[in-house]
Amino acid sequence: MFGIETLEGPVGAAVLIGIVLLEAIVLYVGYGALEQLLGPRIARLLRGD
Amino acid sequence: MELFGVAVSLLGMFVGFGVLIGLLFGFFGMGGSFLVTPALLVMGYPTDVAVASGLAFVFGTSVIATLKHRDLGQVDYKLGVLMIAGTTAGIEVGRIGLHFMQDLGVANTFVSVTYVLLLGGIGAFVTRNALTGGGGGLSHDAEADDHDEDELPEIAQTIQSYEVPPMMSLRGGVTVSLWMILLVAFATGLLSGLLGVGGGFIRMPALFYLVGVPVPVAVGTDLFEIVFSGGIGSFLYAMDGAVDLTIVVPLLAGSAFGARLGAAATSIVDEDEIKVYFGVMLLLGAIAVAVREIGGAVEMPILDVVSLLIIVGAAALVSGAVVVSSIRELRSEGQATPQPAD
Repeated sequence: MFGIETLEGPVGAAVLIGIVLLEAIVLYVGYGALEQLLGPRIARLLRGD
Repeated sequence: MELFGVAVSLLGMFVGFGVLIGLLFGFFGMGGSFLVTPALLVMGYPTDVAVASGLAFVFGTSVIATLKHRDLGQVDYKLGVLMIAGTTAGIEVGRIGLHFMQDLGVANTFVSVTYVLLLGGIGAFVTRNALTGGGGGLSHDAEADDHDEDELPEIAQTIQSYEVPPMMSLRGGVTVSLWMILLVAFATGLLSGLLGVGGGFIRMPALFYLVGVPVPVAVGTDLFEIVFSGGIGSFLYAMDGAVDLTIVVPLLAGSAFGARLGAAATSIVDEDEIKVYFGVMLLLGAIAVAVREIGGAVEMPILDVVSLLIIVGAAALVSGAVVVSSIRELRSEGQATPQPAD
């Protein structure tokens, strides 16, 4: 994926782990914002309010 | 059809599996991630890729979980650093051991058999406790099970009685030998390196039952430590080119979403109602790995498919139970809410 799999050794490993770390932070922030935006609305919808 | 050189159907399958795993992790606080490596083994990935990608996935999920728990103040950093030191040594020994076993051609069998024993053992423990009304002792819920010194597990009392200097004072008024902490850390790290798991489902109970720290501190310290053990473990494997991003990226995207749903469900559904399903799911996971091993031994590839179906089916069953119970609770709440008078 993205040609990253050709990277090996310490630099390649650091890049790979950095990508996973960055993805985790982006997902935490992104899904958090989405939850704040849509969470209460979906809960109200399910409650039938 | 392909995206970034990967079949869209495969990416979609990993995202979907990630949602199931995340839902379980978000709801139970544990248990999802160690289904990844067996699933990847069943799908035919080489052992080192399955283990390495499982570890990288654990690293990503633990970063997210730690970000969520960082404000709770339930991390003992001194204990965490000691655990990291012991775990790092254990992971390195486990990794070398796995490569050695791979050279001997017995790595797949060893990892599979250990998984069967671990999943089966923990599954039987959780199911028995759920059916007998016990707490299970494995919850990651920081709010649950407030620590009481009188309820300190007997084995923890024994371990704390070994006053081999230097002694360490930990949060919750616990004093325990540095060497006992390092021993527990090394043992859990060894399992992490061998099996590609963060070790949380072993370490959290170990911190409570063996070291004797209160459950909330065990949870917080465990999460803090998993970030490092998962990160170091996946870095070491990534140096050999064993981490596959086409697995990790979609799995993490799905699981982060599922974890949000699971965490939201904890405030709606009673965990004890679902716990028996969780224990059964772990037992089914153990059966799935055993079926795959039998399939390999008698050369029946169809059993690989059966095994994968059991794993995914078990995760889907429990995730579905959580979602259905949540929706049912929300609807009954809505019906119970008194209507405003005219």
